[in-house]
Amino acid sequence: MQVNSVRYTLLFATAVCLVCSMLVASAAVLLRDRQHANQLLYLQKNMLQATGLVKIGDAISDAEIRRIFDRYIRLRLVDLQTGEYVEHPQIDPSRYDQRRARADPAQSRAAPPNLSQIKRIPNLATVALVVKDGEPVQVVLPIEGIGLYGTLYGFVALDRDLTTIRGLAFYENRETPGLGGEVDNPKWKAKWPGRKAFDDAGNVRISLVKGGGVGPPKEDPHHVDALSGATITSNGVTRMLHFWLGESGFGPYLAKARQRGGP
Amino acid sequence: MFAWLRSRDAAALADEPRSGKFRWFKTREGAALTDPLFKNNPIGLQVLGICSALAVTTRMDKALVMAVSLTFVAAVSSFMVSLIRKYTPSSIRIIVQLAIISSLVIVVDQVLKAYLYEISLSLSVYVGLIITNCIVLGRTEGFAMQNPPLLSLIDGVGNGLGYGLVLLIVGFIREFIGTGRMFGNQILPTVSEGGWYVPNSMFLLAPAAFFIIGFMIWFLRIWKPEQQEKD
Repeated sequence: MQVNSVRYTLLFATAVCLVCSMLVASAAVLLRDRQHANQLLYLQKNMLQATGLVKIGDAISDAEIRRIFDRYIRLRLVDLQTGEYVEHPQIDPSRYDQRRARADPAQSRAAPPNLSQIKRIPNLATVALVVKDGEPVQVVLPIEGIGLYGTLYGFVALDRDLTTIRGLAFYENRETPGLGGEVDNPKWKAKWPGRKAFDDAGNVRISLVKGGGVGPPKEDPHHVDALSGATITSNGVTRMLHFWLGESGFGPYLAKARQRGGP
Repeated sequence: MFAWLRSRDAAALADEPRSGKFRWFKTREGAALTDPLFKNNPIGLQVLGICSALAVTTRMDKALVMAVSLTFVAAVSSFMVSLIRKYTPSSIRIIVQLAIISSLVIVVDQVLKAYLYEISLSLSVYVGLIITNCIVLGRTEGFAMQNPPLLSLIDGVGNGLGYGLVLLIVGFIREFIGTGRMFGNQILPTVSEGGWYVPNSMFLLAPAAFFIIGFMIWFLRIWKPEQQEKD
């Protein structure tokens, strides 16, 4: 067959496509388990950084992350509407995928209109308790919401008074590197511990403000310095905190936990 | 328009007399490996692959991973393109090359996600952009289409090394002056951590890479005047 004939060209193109797609598909399938393990580890690391159990910027081995996680973190499921812990016979909290549940109409409900562009809220959410000497001393809540280019996914860690922030971390963002992407900046994250998410009346008060939160948390408990050059990302972080700490998010859970005197 | 694809080095590769003890480097294979380092550097002379050279050189570990990835893609794609060069219909040769290159890039991306997850997050889109890196397509179209597989493989490795050499030098300067670190290890104690070194964070911004690459090309052309362009 002629190398430049139409039939040969079509056949050749098909063959190249087949070989290439097999190469790509086998790489994706063979490496999938390892990639999932990495994602999980990265999630755990971010969660531990939000709680302060792992210092940001410390070089830490994978085994060490797993060890600290297994030792201190207890995952629990919370019914967002009632605010109670749920012991579900079929759902293992460590395997429960909140993002998948949110997309399933049977496991979620429509969200009220909100500025974080959250469309659906899962019925059950995973919270992580930090347990020391048998006592829960912190709780880590998953948060998500729109920034500038996409949804930011992260964690906020609260002290046992369920008001004081211990830290926050975003494990996924699509913001502009160097501007909104600075939500990952350790120096900026260091401004959070000690700030109060709620005022004395129980309203969510925390917000990012330009030039705010310059002083220590005692002097300016409800404000954190906004990210420079990233107003929309900063507003996004404020809004998602207000949504998830508020009535449609973890509000009922936090109110009940406060009555009990701890998470 | 596509003059750069048939790059000016085809002539440079022709057998010109070489001196030196290492005979292998006088062969065509040896020249294909070592020429791209200084004599015909893809960044220094051909000024290709600048975009990623700006983006991934803020840290040496990122620069190294990027250099290794590109070397792998350039070498294997050159080999494969050369292997099928006599059977490739010329009307679809560019798209065939791109299909091979992009498949290899996806494989590299998947491997990085599986073995170097956090570096792959910080390299973000730039691994995927190896597909459009002019060095790779330039070598497959400009060299591998006319040369036997093994020689093309060596040529790909050589060009990857030439690119990687520049990346590592730029990465070293930027990381060292910008943060006082090398491969993430603190060498100069910074003021914020109680030391004396005030990091110059301008070096972490993209313009700094432009300056550094500009100076490198300047010095390279002083050293090798034959690389200077005639007006």
